[in-house]
Amino acid sequence: MTQGAPVRGQVAPGVTETQVGERIEQMRRRPQRFRDERVTMAHGAGGKASRALVEGLIVPLLSNPALEQLSDAGLLTVGGSRLALTTDAYVVRPIRFPGGSIGELAVNGTVNDLAVSGAEPLALSVALVLEEGLEAGVLEAEITAIAEAARGAGVHVITGDTKVVERGKCDTMYVVTTGIGLVPAGVSLAPGLVRPGDKVLVSGTIGDHGIAILIARGDLDLEADVRSDTQPLWTLASALMATCGEGLHCMRDATRGGVATVLNEIALAAEVGIVLEESRVPIRPEVIGAGEILGIDPLYVANEGKLVAFVAPEHADAALAAMRALPSGQDAAIVGEVRDEPPGRVLGRTSFGGHRLIDMLVGDPLPRIC
Amino acid sequence: MRFVDEFRDPELAEILGREITALCEPGRHYKIMEVCGGHTHTIYRYGVQDHLPDNIELVHGPGCPVCVIPMGRVDDGIAIAEKDGVILTCFGDMMRVPGGRGSFLEANARGADIRMVYSPLDALRIARDNPDRQVVFYAIGFETTAPSTALTVLRAAQESIENFSVFCNHVTIIPAIKAILDSPDLRLDAFIGPGHVSTVIGCRPYEWIPRDFGMPLVCAGFEPLDLLQSVYMIMKQFSEGRAEVENQYARVVQYDGNPVALKVLSDVFSLRPFFEWRGLGSIAHSALQLAPKYAHFDAEVRFDLPGVRVSDPKACQCGEVLKGVLKPWECKVFGTACTPETPIGTCMVSSEGACAAYYNYGQYAKQRLTLEVLK
Repeated sequence: MTQGAPVRGQVAPGVTETQVGERIEQMRRRPQRFRDERVTMAHGAGGKASRALVEGLIVPLLSNPALEQLSDAGLLTVGGSRLALTTDAYVVRPIRFPGGSIGELAVNGTVNDLAVSGAEPLALSVALVLEEGLEAGVLEAEITAIAEAARGAGVHVITGDTKVVERGKCDTMYVVTTGIGLVPAGVSLAPGLVRPGDKVLVSGTIGDHGIAILIARGDLDLEADVRSDTQPLWTLASALMATCGEGLHCMRDATRGGVATVLNEIALAAEVGIVLEESRVPIRPEVIGAGEILGIDPLYVANEGKLVAFVAPEHADAALAAMRALPSGQDAAIVGEVRDEPPGRVLGRTSFGGHRLIDMLVGDPLPRIC
Repeated sequence: MRFVDEFRDPELAEILGREITALCEPGRHYKIMEVCGGHTHTIYRYGVQDHLPDNIELVHGPGCPVCVIPMGRVDDGIAIAEKDGVILTCFGDMMRVPGGRGSFLEANARGADIRMVYSPLDALRIARDNPDRQVVFYAIGFETTAPSTALTVLRAAQESIENFSVFCNHVTIIPAIKAILDSPDLRLDAFIGPGHVSTVIGCRPYEWIPRDFGMPLVCAGFEPLDLLQSVYMIMKQFSEGRAEVENQYARVVQYDGNPVALKVLSDVFSLRPFFEWRGLGSIAHSALQLAPKYAHFDAEVRFDLPGVRVSDPKACQCGEVLKGVLKPWECKVFGTACTPETPIGTCMVSSEGACAAYYNYGQYAKQRLTLEVLK
């Protein structure tokens, strides 16, 4: 790739590769527009199309300052207390998979959205959409899974709803959970607080959940012992907050779109560059292997029990030690660094010793993963 | 991971990079085309270019299966899928390829039943499981994927699965390379040969390239070290004044190819007189169709199709990119109107497409200069 090479063909004379790159940067930063005639599966994949749907259609119509933060949870102040509110719908297929099930996922996913917002989970609501003909035993198993996960996360389900739809109008069952949490005084976490010099930490091996689901579907004749990583992250998040104080700038849970999408969101929101040292990212050999066979990059695969933390450099080692001291963070690693340049971009130093751009997810390699 | 990491060793890469640099003639610029989209993907995914000196330029070739599918063939696929009771199956990359009437993904949103499969045998299984539906496999790819389609047709015939058919878009690599060499606006120095295609056809079919054009061709594997070693072998040929077909991918490719696969191909398929390639136009004897003996499994025979030729969007310069005349970023619409999420041209769709690979992984020329190793 030569920079500023002489221009041929129909490019405007004098335009260099650098200028084309800058034009693309401008395009990327434009407000998202939703121009599709219909919703496609790509809109649910957590990548660029999802971003266009949310930022181009939904947020403008519901516009308010709390929503426009586009955080994992919305924040509101009530009588001097800061509350965090979050909601999530779970449509995973199959509903049971190695390492978890839809009920457990629905509790942990919502608890984790609160946790990475710095909020201690207080209570959950659960709404169930059930398909006509669902076996009572299957339903009971999922309610039990919800109860156990709630106990594990230290929350109660204090309200709920059930609806039944005709056979074929939903796939077995869908679960919607809403969580409310309390942000302790003095805690301040936001993408905008991330600054050059910060270290990027992940709390453990990545890609486990997405690959586990894919294998559990059995469409691929692929066998590997990969289990979903679904687990609550509040203990880990609160340990990080206690260890780093104001040195902890932001946390995200790397669900749909994976770690790569989280890094891109933060890079864009904080106007910083992020460099990822690919060889330092913890990934199980089975996940690497499945990814190699299927042509899927684990950086883009969903996790359900892993967070990404942005920490001031002087706190990074303590943060790593605090994470590794907990079972939910035993494989944690420092995987990258925040830079001034290039703003809004994530670069990878590949294990081969080269460099590449790590962009947001496009398309839909794994539908209905959570 | 064993059997993978060995082929991605950064220290060996550095050594090879130095040796390649030492073989360069000062002041000379080398243009080497990697024919295969899989190579393009590896080059960008691992930053292979970072180990090469600036005067070796890798030019991306036409060997990306979805990139060469013309819009009319996408529309034909949608027309099949919209018929009553049809399940159309295809590889994942095909889902987002734009035709004149949108992509397969959009056709699904309108009510079609188009499913992603990882193998044509999965399509056959869907046919077996849905005896009251017509199941069509939208076959794409070069000689790499054609044998698996052929075997699936044979299996369908054996089991008399009558509700299965194939919409065949298989193409062959040699006519595409000929078309590129005949293109007046491109000066190349050498080829990195397509490794997977060569596992089937072997290395002999390339011998006319060094003989008639004086250019080295090295069949290469798909790991980053494979590519660096192939560049090294090409540079070695230059430095010794040779132009030959060489086989870097000897752990997989046999010089005479795979006779069993070739036999199956010649049994099941016949050459089409002409086939339209995206951006390259109509090329004689460049594609396969089901042989008369298997015509009852041919979706083009089974279904009434529009078969309309749809011209490429005016702004799209995929043809120039496929021929290596333009670098992806030199296309007028690259990265602005044409992006991986809203592709205008096919090169922007598959991760093997030159534009998508460059857009997703590559465009950091400016940043790379300031990038240092993370301590």
